[in-house]
Amino acid sequence: MTTTVDEAQLLEDFEHTVAQHDRIEPRDWMPERYRKTLVRQIAQHAHSEIIGMQPEGNWITRAPSLRRKAILLAKVQDEAGHGLYLYSATETLGVSRDELTQMLLEGRQKYSSIFNYPTLSYADVGTIGWLVDGAAICNQVPLCRTSYGPYGRAMIRICKEESFHQRQGYELLMTMMRGTDEQRAMVQESVDRFWWPSLMMFGPPDDQSPNTAQSMAWGIKRDTNDDLRQKFVDMSVPQAEALGVTLPDPELAWNADRGHYDFGSPDWEEFAQVVGGNGPCNAQRIAHRRRAHDEGAWVREAAMAFAAKQVDA
Amino acid sequence: MTGVKGEWPLYEVFVRGKRGLNHVHVGSLHAADDEMAVRHARDVYTRRNEGVSIWVVRADAITASSPDEKDPLFAPSGDKVYRHPTFYDIPEDVPHL
Repeated sequence: MTTTVDEAQLLEDFEHTVAQHDRIEPRDWMPERYRKTLVRQIAQHAHSEIIGMQPEGNWITRAPSLRRKAILLAKVQDEAGHGLYLYSATETLGVSRDELTQMLLEGRQKYSSIFNYPTLSYADVGTIGWLVDGAAICNQVPLCRTSYGPYGRAMIRICKEESFHQRQGYELLMTMMRGTDEQRAMVQESVDRFWWPSLMMFGPPDDQSPNTAQSMAWGIKRDTNDDLRQKFVDMSVPQAEALGVTLPDPELAWNADRGHYDFGSPDWEEFAQVVGGNGPCNAQRIAHRRRAHDEGAWVREAAMAFAAKQVDA
Repeated sequence: MTGVKGEWPLYEVFVRGKRGLNHVHVGSLHAADDEMAVRHARDVYTRRNEGVSIWVVRADAITASSPDEKDPLFAPSGDKVYRHPTFYDIPEDVPHL
């Protein structure tokens, strides 16, 4: 009986902390479902950063100038860093790095569907910075205030760096728009491909997002998918105008009554397909990650052997 | 290969942002040994001049107060209001106090 009473008291303390918008820290008692939801969400986020290195990494050796190459290298290195901040936060919930890595490699945890689209031209590096990182910022800024301390602190570091990512992308596209007709066409073609997948990054519509209500009650999420998507559209339209590109949505129009842009619905069937593993690059992304992991095994083992030797010496 | 196949140990990382400030905990990372932990900490946590000094310590070497942030260890300080300057009523017109 005492354990039941204790649990009720612990739950009450937990809910009180969350209701006060105070933070939950790693060694606090927390409901098992809260812990599981966090592990799923933060790990998925970490995996996205790690897999997210691939589409842009694809262009490092073919950057058009040393300046662009240095920028792209720094950006891809940041994605690795973001993955590590987030793995570090996930590990405070009692999951090991090895388990997380295995879950990614075996497809038992997901990553953002956006990284299953290919990068077909250098303009995609700019578009990913502008739209994909822009959407990520919309998602991530509210997460700086999430109820789990280590997650919020990781998000604060990430958000500081994402701003560089978005600006370098937009500047790249502006440079191309000042170039030849062919370069302008490359930018437009790239934006046409990435616009809808960027909108899908916010997840399914609110009425089909079963976890949202509970995550908001726990203070893990601060805004709904649809609210964030609207915010992103409202931010992006004037940026597209300044750039001189059109967004591929015939329904896109200012709605003075709502004070927001109306916009069309992404192809949710395509989203389901990509999430389900049937996107253009799903198999390639995981195969590449597995290969990198396997080919790095001897390095990890050699470093451990060296460390053991130092201790013995 | 047993003994070298396991996961690299976990280190906690502390960074001094600039001279005059304490080292502050910034997160953790895995490394095979202490020296590698410092190098990794530089790459992971100080890519933009966030620090002038780094400490790393193996996570399993840290002793913490209790498994709960609401620790009875801190209870003794809860009822000692007289340790705070605001406990004392001093007339407003007494200067520099």
